[in-house]
Amino acid sequence: MAEKKIVFMVDKLPYKGETSRLALTHAIASQTVEIHLEDDDLLVPVLVFSGKGVLNCLKNQKALETYKVTSLENHVKNALLLDLKVMYCAEDVKKFGLTEDMIVMDAADIGGDVTAEIVPFDDILGEISSATHVMYF
Amino acid sequence: MGKLTIGCFSSLVGSMTLDFSVKLAKAAMDKGHSVDMWLSGNGTTLSKTGQRSFQDYSSLQKTVEELVAKGMTLVACEACAEARGLHKEDFMPGCGRKSMDWYLASCFHADRVIHIGGE
Repeated sequence: MAEKKIVFMVDKLPYKGETSRLALTHAIASQTVEIHLEDDDLLVPVLVFSGKGVLNCLKNQKALETYKVTSLENHVKNALLLDLKVMYCAEDVKKFGLTEDMIVMDAADIGGDVTAEIVPFDDILGEISSATHVMYF
Repeated sequence: MGKLTIGCFSSLVGSMTLDFSVKLAKAAMDKGHSVDMWLSGNGTTLSKTGQRSFQDYSSLQKTVEELVAKGMTLVACEACAEARGLHKEDFMPGCGRKSMDWYLASCFHADRVIHIGGE
């Protein structure tokens, strides 16, 4: 059995470009990758938001009304619904004056069980160190 | 020999990132490695056939077609391409269209991954 971890690291702003959206859709695609793998193979995704990337996770985004596109908030919720490990850089959350109640921490309203974590950057470095591959978006 | 997977999200022309990616792919193949290249976001523009070569713009189609003929696997994100009006008939010969899980599986099996996100 082979287990490989991929860290999807997002540090770009939402909506200014497409990058953070693609990070989320690629991370979520990890849930269907098994059709391409051997039975015992396992891909473990970790979704990390750092720098300006933490702004992707703000609550009450009006993307549908403004741009007629799905919000990044919804994508983060979908990631949590699919049990992806989601981490926010604590230093950057603090730097932007954000608190837990301002960002998506769970997807309980759509049936999710997993909770996001706000962690020091050192913990994120730990995830990166133990990853097979890092995708920096 | 190893397997290299390159993911590129930057556009054809307007950026030299795809040029770098193609040069890297060629260098790896010249050394005997196998290469998968994934195009997503604006990177899907590389898949377009009929690219016209001007001296003021980089030109990649001929090089990419040669690499594909030598065995490079070139695949574009189908949704990203369709959203840009790049339909199946617009693709250069040999360029596949798949979803993102194909890229992740390619990364899973790769010895090294070079992932170049968008601007």
